[in-house]
Amino acid sequence: MTDSAMVLAEGDSHFPPGIDSFNFADWFSGLSDTALTHMFTTITFGVWASVAVLIVFFLWAYRKPQIVPSKKQWLAESAYGFIRNTVAIDLMGKKTGVRFAPYLATLFLFILVMNFWAIVPGIQVSPNSHIAFPLMLGVLSWVIYMFIGIKQHGFVKFMKITCVPPGAPWFIYPLLVPIEFLQNIILRPVTLALRLFANMFAGHLILLVFILGGFELLNSGNLLIQGLSVFSFAMGIGMTFFELIVIALQAYVFTLLTGMYIQGSLADEH
Amino acid sequence: MEGTLNVVGYGLAAIGPGIGVALIFAAWITATARQPESAGITRPMLFMGFALVEVLALFGLVLAFALS
Repeated sequence: MTDSAMVLAEGDSHFPPGIDSFNFADWFSGLSDTALTHMFTTITFGVWASVAVLIVFFLWAYRKPQIVPSKKQWLAESAYGFIRNTVAIDLMGKKTGVRFAPYLATLFLFILVMNFWAIVPGIQVSPNSHIAFPLMLGVLSWVIYMFIGIKQHGFVKFMKITCVPPGAPWFIYPLLVPIEFLQNIILRPVTLALRLFANMFAGHLILLVFILGGFELLNSGNLLIQGLSVFSFAMGIGMTFFELIVIALQAYVFTLLTGMYIQGSLADEH
Repeated sequence: MEGTLNVVGYGLAAIGPGIGVALIFAAWITATARQPESAGITRPMLFMGFALVEVLALFGLVLAFALS
């Protein structure tokens, strides 16, 4: 059971939710003092379950591929085809786009399933609301677009393409080059990771505010105020649907930006 | 009165991105109303611009927690 679920069961909701709301207890309390502490929590369960769901679903859907696809095969193909056509091929063209489509589609589906834990009843927290997981994905994107750029152009030319925008007057370069370097080499993975992290973090906080707030109103002891908790819970449900939009949008945006960075590394001009 | 000034700071920090997101969507709606067939072409740009602006507000949110 998670921390917040236990807290609710004890009838003691610490109302303004904060950073503490993201600390989850070990599932097996005997492990807390050993080296395996923090190994089995709701967060790690979400990550492993996301990986398992994706692998099992795609193996199962593609076990016997047919020319006229079955329902499950159609679902798998349209999930892959969506990213392949709207992100990879649109950005990079047919030839290179198809080369990168598998990575981009995997990235999209992995983030989508990871984010989806934020609204699954009983879990209701996304592993991506801990900075470590988005940061790892951001660094992975960074390694890929840097590697591809250096392989395509060589180190010096790639740095020139990335950091020196063409067409600017010479006297502005001392100002422009450090900014471009900072933005394109250093800050890209950070902003990628932080965008995903902050969205899931804020989404979890919003849900906590309305749901814990509802319990807080129920515990108030005044009948009129207790009646108001209905609105708080209704907002909680409404925000869950809003979360659904954010979940899909953030997975798409992360994939789109990764695709654009890869395309930028392959392109000849800035 | 209790609480922290970070909340006020985050409110101020959200003004700029709020205006920015509004401008982006307004521009997209105008473009789509004038030329409906361009909606598919401009939609990735819409989401990318939206994401780039929205992250500024989210930086504020993260800093409001990190600096407390």
